[in-house]
Amino acid sequence: MNHRIKSIIPQLLTLLFVVAVIGFFTINAQLNMDERGIDFGYGFLNQESSFDVQFSLIEYDGSHSYAKAYLVGLLNTILVSVLGIIFCTIIGVIVGIARLSPNYLIKNTAAWYVEFFRNVPLLLQIFFWYYAALRALPLPENTEPLFGVTYLTVKGYYIPRFIWENFDILFYSILAAIISIVFVRNYARKLQEEKGQQLPVLLISVGLLLLFPAITFATGMVQLEVALPVLKQLSKTSFIYAEGLSVPPELLALVLALSLYTATFVAECVRAGVQGVSKGQKEAAASVGLTSNQILKLVIMPQALRIIIPPTTNQYLNLTKNSSLAAAIAYPDLVLVFAGTALMQTGRAIEIVSITMLTYLTLSLAISLLMNWYNKKIAIKEK
Amino acid sequence: MLRTFKALVYLLTSIALLVSFETSAFAKKSKTLKKTQKMGFVRCGVSQGLPGFSNADASGNWTGVDVDLCRAVAAATLGDSGKVKFFPLSAKERFTALTSGEIDVLSRNTTWTLSRDADIGLTFVGVNFYDGQGFMVRKSSGITSVNQFKAGVSACTNLGTTTELNMRDFFNSKGIKYEPVTFEKADEVVAAYDAGRCDTYTTDKSGLAAQRIKLSKPGDHIVLPETISKEPLGPVVRQGDAVWEDIVRWSLNVMIEAEEYGITSANADSMKSSENPAVKRLVGAEGELGAAFGLDNDWSLRIIKQVGNYGESYKRNIADTGILPDRGPNQLWTKGGILYVPPAR
Repeated sequence: MNHRIKSIIPQLLTLLFVVAVIGFFTINAQLNMDERGIDFGYGFLNQESSFDVQFSLIEYDGSHSYAKAYLVGLLNTILVSVLGIIFCTIIGVIVGIARLSPNYLIKNTAAWYVEFFRNVPLLLQIFFWYYAALRALPLPENTEPLFGVTYLTVKGYYIPRFIWENFDILFYSILAAIISIVFVRNYARKLQEEKGQQLPVLLISVGLLLLFPAITFATGMVQLEVALPVLKQLSKTSFIYAEGLSVPPELLALVLALSLYTATFVAECVRAGVQGVSKGQKEAAASVGLTSNQILKLVIMPQALRIIIPPTTNQYLNLTKNSSLAAAIAYPDLVLVFAGTALMQTGRAIEIVSITMLTYLTLSLAISLLMNWYNKKIAIKEK
Repeated sequence: MLRTFKALVYLLTSIALLVSFETSAFAKKSKTLKKTQKMGFVRCGVSQGLPGFSNADASGNWTGVDVDLCRAVAAATLGDSGKVKFFPLSAKERFTALTSGEIDVLSRNTTWTLSRDADIGLTFVGVNFYDGQGFMVRKSSGITSVNQFKAGVSACTNLGTTTELNMRDFFNSKGIKYEPVTFEKADEVVAAYDAGRCDTYTTDKSGLAAQRIKLSKPGDHIVLPETISKEPLGPVVRQGDAVWEDIVRWSLNVMIEAEEYGITSANADSMKSSENPAVKRLVGAEGELGAAFGLDNDWSLRIIKQVGNYGESYKRNIADTGILPDRGPNQLWTKGGILYVPPAR
């Protein structure tokens, strides 16, 4: 009895304290807002936003609501995070493995890269890419094409635009290919377990992935047109590239800075993971006659991934949250569009900041949920 | 165990005390005035650097017409125009700083609009500069009128301003698709425009004139003649302190009216013996004008003596610096402008 009370009282007090703190802030905010004649409410989300955004993934202009402007900002944040995560993973894995290379030059270049980029503040790196590197690019009319059809200019990176006809059919064909790959893999595993036969799964998978969409093209169900960027004169000395797609320099700078910075941390995670697998494992695998490819795929990587995934999840979360630095260089992410312009135009600081905070929280939780699921999948299964 | 409990009790009591203190202690006539006099300085929100309006030099001295308004308030309430603490704010931060009580006067080339005045706990007290939005382009572009803009034009401007909204109205009415590029700081906008990121830079015309000086080659750029909006710029205070609101409003009005009656910082003292009762009231030789605000009778004399009248402030900050030598609409109503303030009596 005595014991139970002893354990309950601190919990009760903690609860009371938390409630009191939250209550204090709520009451304080309410009183002060009342006194200053500021009303509270989320009704403004349905009002017309009446401001435009430079770059949007969905149809948007100022005649749409603040809620739509929020969505524009959110999608731009997700875009930059997804691109950043993809690139930082690719760079990180390459650099991480390069650091373990026996080649002196490769090993040290990778080490220098990691030490340099992870020790310079991220905001400074964003400024560097935006104000120093990308600002030095030529004006559109003086630009030499890159890869023949793309143009990297101070006003943005102009690339060809794909105009699809019946894109949904192509999408379904890819979906069908993925489903059949799953079946093939399951069959291959069964075959391996029952008869010891091996199927070239990778080759079959790639083949399927190419075959299914190819059929839709061949039968003429799906058509693709490419709109190339064309130089257009706006005034005597001002040009842009029309027709194609324009990637704003703000997005380029942000993705570059975020992925190069975060890749250094991912590289260290990868190095730690591979080094964390004991040498004996590799030797044992070699002694039972596995090829070096098989050793990496079947013995080293499964164990290394268990070490790599949890800290890498942290880096993905950091990258997503760091993407809010976009506001410093005019990339219209959630912070700039919603917690910036929309906040200014409506003056609803508490409402908008609370929504923005909840959004980042949700994004981060979603990423960590996904990564935790993957982590569980590759974790040691005790049988 | 007992110690944690004791600590908790202390904490809760202090929180409760804090709540009651916050809400009841200052519920007097003008708590902003009281607080200002207690602190010994006026807390004034200004821009992060707009020559002519509010700009700090290398040694940290602020000058400009917006700065002079704050100095006038300090002269009126504290007796010394130097007792001002300036808070450089971005367009995005300015209103929150005011409503949250970080500053008491916002004098930062801010446009008076209905929604700002009515919606977010702010009160505009007057207009110290009549402005309008314009566009700046490169001379070499050959553009001489806003009608020559074509679809695809990119326009740099400041985040969270009326400019952003006017720009949309303007390009929409012309049916031109444009690319808005918005930065938080004015310096960043100027740099982006200078680097060729944008074809045009749009903001209030006074701002364009002032920022042009910061470009690498000011002579290569022109401000287009068209004005696409009304931008009455003026000081702002928090809602809910009517007396403080009056003090700021009449500090501005006194400066304008002093110019109307020819009272300058140089001749203010001698004007005490003027024949004109209106002049005598302005220099505190007649009437009890200050009493209504809880100030002494020399408050307006101090403004004129220490800061000068509106014309002096304009000449010192905007005309002599070459930003806008022509006063345009910001001339007295008696001289063909639209500066017209209610009489101080």
